[in-house]
Amino acid sequence: MNVTSSVREPLINGGKTWADITNDICRQVEGKPSKSWIIAFTISFLLLGVGVFCVMYTWIVGIGVWGLNKTVGWAWDITNFVWWVGIGHAGTLISAILLLFRQKWRTSINRAAEAMTIFAVLCAASFILLHMGRPWLGHWALPLGNTYGSLWVNFYSPLVWDVFAISTYLTVSVVFWYIGLIPDLATIRDRATNKVSRLIYGIMAFGWNGAAKDWSRFEAVSLVLAGLSTPLVLSVHTIVSFDFATSVVPGWHTTIFPPYFVAGAIFSGFAMVLTLMLITRKVFKLEDYITLAHVESMNKVITLTGSIVGVAYITEFFIAWYSGVEYEGYAFINRATGPYWWSYWAMMTCNVVSPQLFWFRSVRRSILATFILSIIVNIGMWFERFVIIVTSLHRDYVPSSWAYFSPTWFDIGDYANSFGLFFTLFLLFSKFLPVINMAEVKAILKSAGDTQTGQGKGQSTVSSDKSVSSH
Amino acid sequence: MSEVKSYLVGVFDDDDVLLGAIKTLREKGAKILEAFTPFPVHGIDPALGIKRSRLPQAAFIFGATGTTCALTLQIATLGFDWPMNIGGKPNLAFPAFIPVSFELTVLFAALGMVGTFLLASGLGPGSQKTVFDPRSSDDKFILVFDLDKNSQFTTEQLTQMIKESGASEVNIKDIVEKH
Repeated sequence: MNVTSSVREPLINGGKTWADITNDICRQVEGKPSKSWIIAFTISFLLLGVGVFCVMYTWIVGIGVWGLNKTVGWAWDITNFVWWVGIGHAGTLISAILLLFRQKWRTSINRAAEAMTIFAVLCAASFILLHMGRPWLGHWALPLGNTYGSLWVNFYSPLVWDVFAISTYLTVSVVFWYIGLIPDLATIRDRATNKVSRLIYGIMAFGWNGAAKDWSRFEAVSLVLAGLSTPLVLSVHTIVSFDFATSVVPGWHTTIFPPYFVAGAIFSGFAMVLTLMLITRKVFKLEDYITLAHVESMNKVITLTGSIVGVAYITEFFIAWYSGVEYEGYAFINRATGPYWWSYWAMMTCNVVSPQLFWFRSVRRSILATFILSIIVNIGMWFERFVIIVTSLHRDYVPSSWAYFSPTWFDIGDYANSFGLFFTLFLLFSKFLPVINMAEVKAILKSAGDTQTGQGKGQSTVSSDKSVSSH
Repeated sequence: MSEVKSYLVGVFDDDDVLLGAIKTLREKGAKILEAFTPFPVHGIDPALGIKRSRLPQAAFIFGATGTTCALTLQIATLGFDWPMNIGGKPNLAFPAFIPVSFELTVLFAALGMVGTFLLASGLGPGSQKTVFDPRSSDDKFILVFDLDKNSQFTTEQLTQMIKESGASEVNIKDIVEKH
């Protein structure tokens, strides 16, 4: 039953058998943590420690410790929030939209990408809480009747929509990710040699035993969750963009924001997936599973979404002039030539120019070039949010209230906190859970594996399989 | 009270062999209790006679519940309980209710469906479903036969049939069942 395409490259190299897949992916879960993992974890944890201090200080003293002023009331907090939420979008895109499109290359990266989504959304949520100034009153954003009368949240406010969007997104992402983990956790449980890990992974595996009936339900659930997550992920960044687009601030009041934000989110998310996966595949020796074909596919998505973002920047500029609105026009001229010109041109270079290098096949398939560009793209996407938020605010209608925002150490420290949190969680995930979806990779091995040896051969007889598993 | 029940466990090395075996064994009249595989095998549902899951319908009902709850909440609070005059605009500005209604639809559908799936399959923290052969989560495909339900064959006959259908090994597994 094996079909080898002469056009498509194999997605799994090294002549793997199903047992090889289990062994390769479980190795880092079962073994002792490597030296590089311990070093990386220590650095992340220290960063988190410094960050937690800054966050606690911000909570206790208030958001006056940031560089905000009367004119610029939103700066790094919302920039970081939008940036992290955007990064999260790639995970859902890979696990949901590519599942609906039946893209097999998704199977090697979806687990880690979904984990990245969850951690990125947690980082984003931390900025939502922080920017409230009084995070202990965060429940005021929920529709709870209060004791002073029937005062409710304002459902006409995009900020309330955001609360619903982000919390739904986080919940559904966690559920989707965990359901996908269950069969792999059962694999680890069945292989476990010591009692403690057998017990812990046994509880986490929910008693899964791989019955055909359960797989049938499992697939139905995965498909419907993918179908639900697809509009969900588009809605989340649409609603995030509404935070700006429904206001009347020149530079924010733009109808193209929803598609432009969604494209930007996928753009930066894929870049973050690449940054993480290029390190993970190297450290955990997963080059046979995350191949150059995967890297190239992701780079193609980056080129496409990067170009959409570029078109959106130019459209915004054109419409600012074409609308004939003086303030709108000024907001955009000020972005490119005003006091924040450097952030605008950093954004343009990183987001519009740099991904165009991926038109060259040699760049798309170069690990080093991809790694560098993936970081540049995320720097650019951070600047995009900074440009939209700060440069639109800092010069409003009354020139006497024009101001300039500069970050303080606490702006930087709170941002560092989110990096500490993100990498600490990601490293814990990569050590204790299977970073690649074993069940899904096994399912595509026959059709997408290279066919040198092993079960990639399909109708292999019992005896030849034995010889393969013994080598 | 507990009793020991015996099952015949056929171990297969390949999913295509498994599918063929299911077909021939069922044609010969053997009753398969369940198949266990390391990954979803396509075509196994019709071969085993498993009906299409009705979970998507359940998801639709949960989703519709979510929409209803969201709209009720928004209309009741902003339309009746605490109407707000915002620039003289109408109190029931329906388009503004769409985002929250959509999000709650998705939330209810996803959580409801996953909850139903876990309940229907008996999965959950602390649940321990019988693992007939631990290799079935690695690289082996398992067919399990309840000996009581295949009483028209002797154990030897059934073992022979499973072996002939392509199984690499056939084992007897005794499971202690609590009543």
